[in-house]
Amino acid sequence: MISYIVRAILIGVPMLYGATGEIITEKSGHLNLGIPGIMYVGAISGVTGSFLYENACGNDIANMNAFLAVFIPLICCIIGSMLMGLIYSFFTVTLRANQNVTGLAITTFGIGLGNFFGASLIKLVDSDMPSVALTKTSLFFCTKLPFADDLGWFGELFLSFDFLTYLSIIIAIIASIVLTKTRVGLNLRAVGESPATADAAGINVTRYKYIATCIGSGIAGLGGIQYVMAYANGSWSNDAFGDRGWMAIALVIFALWKPHMAILGAFLFGALFNANTYAVGLGVETQELFKMLPYVVTIIVLVFTSMRKKREHQPPAHLGLPYFREER
Amino acid sequence: MSDIKKTKHSHEPLFHLVKRDDMKWWQAWLVRIAAIVIALLLVGVISMLLTKENFFSIYETMYRGTFGKLESGSTVMLWKFLQKTAILLGLSLAVTPAFKMKFWNCGAEGQALVGGLASMICMIELGDKLPYPVLLLVILVTSVLAGALWGVIPAIFKAQYNTNETLFTLMMNYVATQIIKYYLYVEGGGSNKINPVAYGNLPTIGDNKYALNVIIVLVITVLVYIYLNYSKHGYEISVVGESQNTARYIGINVKKVVIRTMVVSGALCGIVGMLLVSGTNHSIDSNTVGGQGFTAIMVSWLGQFNPFIMVIMSALVIFLNLGSAKVADTCGLNSSFADITVGIVILFVVGCEFFIRYSIKFRHSKKEVKA
Repeated sequence: MISYIVRAILIGVPMLYGATGEIITEKSGHLNLGIPGIMYVGAISGVTGSFLYENACGNDIANMNAFLAVFIPLICCIIGSMLMGLIYSFFTVTLRANQNVTGLAITTFGIGLGNFFGASLIKLVDSDMPSVALTKTSLFFCTKLPFADDLGWFGELFLSFDFLTYLSIIIAIIASIVLTKTRVGLNLRAVGESPATADAAGINVTRYKYIATCIGSGIAGLGGIQYVMAYANGSWSNDAFGDRGWMAIALVIFALWKPHMAILGAFLFGALFNANTYAVGLGVETQELFKMLPYVVTIIVLVFTSMRKKREHQPPAHLGLPYFREER
Repeated sequence: MSDIKKTKHSHEPLFHLVKRDDMKWWQAWLVRIAAIVIALLLVGVISMLLTKENFFSIYETMYRGTFGKLESGSTVMLWKFLQKTAILLGLSLAVTPAFKMKFWNCGAEGQALVGGLASMICMIELGDKLPYPVLLLVILVTSVLAGALWGVIPAIFKAQYNTNETLFTLMMNYVATQIIKYYLYVEGGGSNKINPVAYGNLPTIGDNKYALNVIIVLVITVLVYIYLNYSKHGYEISVVGESQNTARYIGINVKKVVIRTMVVSGALCGIVGMLLVSGTNHSIDSNTVGGQGFTAIMVSWLGQFNPFIMVIMSALVIFLNLGSAKVADTCGLNSSFADITVGIVILFVVGCEFFIRYSIKFRHSKKEVKA
């Protein structure tokens, strides 16, 4: 049971990163359907970074500096995903292109980039398996808290995770506080609800949109690297990340645009995601039906939130619409 | 408002944007074609940097990847190209009525899959029990119904409660995928796949198994064009798409239009599913549609909701797909290279709309106007 919950949390964390990033982006009025692609790019940038670092250290763990081993993949990941966010915001904010189409194109592009460079790396290592194993870097990422093993189930449930898991929760809580309690958050929400009003109030709409999208993409990208380093123990194989990016976008609605709600939602999604492997005594065919659960639950949540029509549960009013100052 | 701004700020920005609606249609198309050409050149440069091949030989490789050897005269590759284009075009046409209504149907994949599944079940269960023409009719009706059902569920909730249709249809894709995987286990047993079924296959024209698919999709193209431009339904769709309030004001039942249009959209997807299963593969797996549902969304948008332009756009996308796959193949790159090139071209075309809708006025040019 404990191991099931631990697994659920590990699966949920990339979605939590994606959802937090997407919430910040959506609060600025931009529905970024490029998140799945951006998470791929984040993952592959991080993988490339750590691959280069491992090679530079002669593939010997003794030569590797713990700080650099973590820092290089992280910074590569953030830069990669933010660049994708920058492309997205250039197209949707400056060129005012359709957000859905741009987002889907970014996703196609990003997944292509991820698999392309992934395949190139796989070719470089020339192993039998179609994957890149970065187990050494992964070890640094997964360093447990020193006393986690001594505290039994409590230790396993709360203290046994990699630092990116804790970071995801911290980021989600900070994002929640910033969005609801600070001036910056208020401005950002104003931009998403009514950019014309925000503009009239002297808020730099374009700057807010750009920064929110880029920061959101950067956070989402971290989900990709967490998946590779912590969940997959440092092995990248093409298409392994799957549809978690789309689940992250669904999670935004599940969480009603509140990052702290997304924490619970992410763990619930994680639990549903591998419900099939723990439902004992099922045939393979019923397992396939069980894998439907996260999607069906998302649909049910979508329907219920839309039925209740509470004002604070609605998406930002200007979500998905371009803003052009001279248009009234 | 701009006057106040001017007195407040001593310096005027270097340039500002003006919305324009004076661009002629041929000028707009020149911009779009220019964007495509620039994007293709960029793709060539990127390929050149990655493969260190000659710049022009890359395009030749792309051409060969799509149409086969230049001199061999074989039409096998050509027909594969036409088949792929037809399927992508069919899905693009299917999502177009919904898009024109501003209903983001991201579920073409799932709708086509359940359509295909319906054909598959008919082929397996009824294949040897019904006479051939009746069987074909049953297959057609069930696929259309299955696709329409898959499309109408999100539409009903959209109409009633304004549920977010982008995510709803997206999730329906995955539900459909899982149902197919379940069915593969049930029907295929341990092998987890279904061998091609001999019953209920669409007839072939001569020995060309793709020709009928292509013809059917072309007929659908014309029908969708007529439906959108010359029917009352098409008119209602465009009014609802422009402004729901206007639609209500002139007495259009918005809910009815939303639901009806998604029935049409889903039904067309179902037909594409039937073409894939009964017309081409005679079997099904969870990857039968192969992610084309998303590409179809982009093609529909690039085609400006005009079915005939979509023909060109889907051909372009398939050309890029096959061509870059060939470039990647000959140069030992991964086939995901195709996704990158398609992404680049689509971003360029989406981005170029900006230059059609807005013009950039620079500071000095404005002063000339004043003087």
